[in-house]
Amino acid sequence: MINFEYARAGDVADALRLIADDSAAKFVAGGTNLIDLMKMDVERPRKVIDINRLPLNQIENTPNGGLRIGALVRNTDLAYHPLVEQRYPVLASAIMAGASQQLRNVASTGGNLLQRTRCHYFYDTATPCNKREPGSGCSAIHGHNRMHAILGASEACIAVHPSDMCVALAILEAKVHVTGASGDRVIAFADFHRLPGNTPQRDTNLNASEIITAVELPPQGFSKNYTYLKIRDRLSYAFALVSVAVGLELDGETIKEACFALGGVAHRPWRDRQAEAALNGQPANAATFARAADALLSDAKGYEHNRFKIDLARRCLVRALTQAAHGTPQLQSFKKIM
Amino acid sequence: MTGNLAGANTSPDLIQLTLTINGTRHALKLDPRTTLLDLLREHLDLTGTKKGCDQGQCGACTILVDGRRINSCLTFAVMYEGAQITTIEGLARDGNLHPLQQVFIDHDAFQCGYCTPGQICSAVGLMAEDRARTAEEIRELMSGNICRCGAYTNIVAAIQQAMGRS
Repeated sequence: MINFEYARAGDVADALRLIADDSAAKFVAGGTNLIDLMKMDVERPRKVIDINRLPLNQIENTPNGGLRIGALVRNTDLAYHPLVEQRYPVLASAIMAGASQQLRNVASTGGNLLQRTRCHYFYDTATPCNKREPGSGCSAIHGHNRMHAILGASEACIAVHPSDMCVALAILEAKVHVTGASGDRVIAFADFHRLPGNTPQRDTNLNASEIITAVELPPQGFSKNYTYLKIRDRLSYAFALVSVAVGLELDGETIKEACFALGGVAHRPWRDRQAEAALNGQPANAATFARAADALLSDAKGYEHNRFKIDLARRCLVRALTQAAHGTPQLQSFKKIM
Repeated sequence: MTGNLAGANTSPDLIQLTLTINGTRHALKLDPRTTLLDLLREHLDLTGTKKGCDQGQCGACTILVDGRRINSCLTFAVMYEGAQITTIEGLARDGNLHPLQQVFIDHDAFQCGYCTPGQICSAVGLMAEDRARTAEEIRELMSGNICRCGAYTNIVAAIQQAMGRS
């Protein structure tokens, strides 16, 4: 790891002052991804700005019936918060499906959004990687790509976003509150993460000198009909091959509103509004769910080692929609998939 | 290795900080790159906390910071100014083993023992969280601690016994 200057920010203004005009500076919150990447020489910040003392660790109701989550709220505190468990159980479930309790105790809400891909070529500085070293090439596209993208990838990058939490935030239509030298702005969750295109080095639309201050949840939490289903190579503490977050509003057996997103398959949580809208007014049954899965995966493209993920994703979505419709969400401790 | 190595060999500015480790206050001057794990093992001779993977994938380095279990390898010690840290060396009281240490012995919940300090610290954190009720929940919430010997069955039994006592 290269040497770096360590600075501790006391408040948001202090943090912005410390990062201004220093493109080689990085904020550190939990550090569970940044420090890992620094050990591997993938991230090489000259200055590390510790933001853990910033007053961004509150969870508060918003006037419109939503919830505002401070960027420094730790994953465990978010998943176990009574208002999240009651009103946004799909978020609590997704968080508990990721990482381990030791990591969740440290990892922050803002940091979860900003974590980098776990593509092993991105981590291995001896191999080309357009995300790490723009223009050097993609080692995964003709390499070991079993964990990689089947949707939204480009010739430059087939990495996936590794977060579970973000898959739930995608269907909850969270808003990301950020601030920077040019003021505050709110980024819709769908606009926060980018597809790789020709600039895979940019994961998000957050500017380098901006900081996330909060994630806001709208009132709709799908607390009755939801699930987070995650399929991985072992039953816990592994990144998703495919995951699915589902939220449904039902009128009897008829679907009034459907939101679903896939994790582990693209450079960002994958939603398709058209495929969701096609479910409105339809009966909540296997035939409807199969059509939704076909629509969501219609543009999927596999590579040498990950073609199985297309069928896996299709089946996961059907199963997850069934779980949500029945009001029997996947439990994250009892592993049998019902 | 690619990229700019400028800065790699410059001498670091040492950072002053104070930590309380197993009840003892330590005033330290540290290279900011020092992890809590390396501070414990290399600077303070507290080698009970183990270095397994050094990248947050095995749990051997689990310690308690202000009562919460964390991976000490994925931290810079300077981020923890003023924190109360408990390691495996700090669990016993007045020569008596911590109840979780005793149940690990009672249930033969280890073979080689390398993951055991992390397992026990993690289990102390688990019990403080008070979320696990069933064996499945214990397994899930202990999944951040890998045991290559495969002593999981006895580890779960030990933790269940400790829960029954408390």
